[in-house]
Amino acid sequence: MEVAAAKALGAGIAVIALAGVGVGIGNIFSSLVSSIARNPTARDQVFGLGILGFALTEAVALFALLIAFLILFT
Amino acid sequence: MEPAEPTIDALGQFRLFPSLGMLGRSVNFTQANTFMVIGGLLTMALLYYGMRPRAIVPGRLQSAAELAYNFIYDMCVSQVGEEGKRFFPFVFTLFFFVLMGNLLGLLPYAFTYTSHIAITGALALMVIVVVTIVAIRENGTHFFTEYFFPAGTPKALAPLIIPIEVISYLSRPVSLSIRLFANMVAGHVMFEVFATFTVMLAGLGLFGPLIAVGPVVINVALVGFELLVACLQAYVFAILTCIYLHDAVHLH
Repeated sequence: MEVAAAKALGAGIAVIALAGVGVGIGNIFSSLVSSIARNPTARDQVFGLGILGFALTEAVALFALLIAFLILFT
Repeated sequence: MEPAEPTIDALGQFRLFPSLGMLGRSVNFTQANTFMVIGGLLTMALLYYGMRPRAIVPGRLQSAAELAYNFIYDMCVSQVGEEGKRFFPFVFTLFFFVLMGNLLGLLPYAFTYTSHIAITGALALMVIVVVTIVAIRENGTHFFTEYFFPAGTPKALAPLIIPIEVISYLSRPVSLSIRLFANMVAGHVMFEVFATFTVMLAGLGLFGPLIAVGPVVINVALVGFELLVACLQAYVFAILTCIYLHDAVHLH
């Protein structure tokens, strides 16, 4: 039973990294909104960059999530 | 009859089995290979039947084919520059291979071939090998000195800059493959976990089935989110390939 408990704890600790990712994604979209508000004509160019930044940041979250899955299910 | 304690078998859906009967078993043709063939055939069918009418005012299928073509073409030209036209077929193939893998995986009973690191890793390695060959052909061995030690950097920083640049260059295929594979695995594991919640809750006495509607609703929303992720990851894979090609052609 201790192993199961340790697995649950380990998976929980592994996803602490998501806090940083949350800050990062929030930062990306707040900058995206403020830059579009300042210059609405730049929307098409800035939006693609924002989505790219979102995908790159989200990958970090998925690395952490993958570690949690590995701990839980294998 | 009380079944055994239900457990969440989240990774069982990624197990590979030989498909196509005896013939498939003898050459280890798994269901992943089957879906790769289906994905390729669907892409070719979209382009062939979409472009066959050659109408000036395009129909629905022709619009889809033209839209996809223009989207990738614009991406190549805007990211790589004029030289990007040469790499358009490569990027187009990669984009559609990844997109079809992600989208086919969302169908019930289908298999997501992009959820295996062997496949995304092979794609990413191919990208990095192609990028390196392009860089050497465009710039010769000048590429290595210029790329890993940019002109104008103080000589004293060389022991610091060169390892950093080499590591960042070599970590590209790792991050490229793990991003796609982790996205797909995480999405499908979430489906499985919430579906198992439904089964577990439905067996919980009187109000169990009522509460069990909750995970089903979440799963419906997740399918929509995964559709977005499927297209977004194919886009990210293609655009990162374009960015790497830009670095190879123009050296930063």
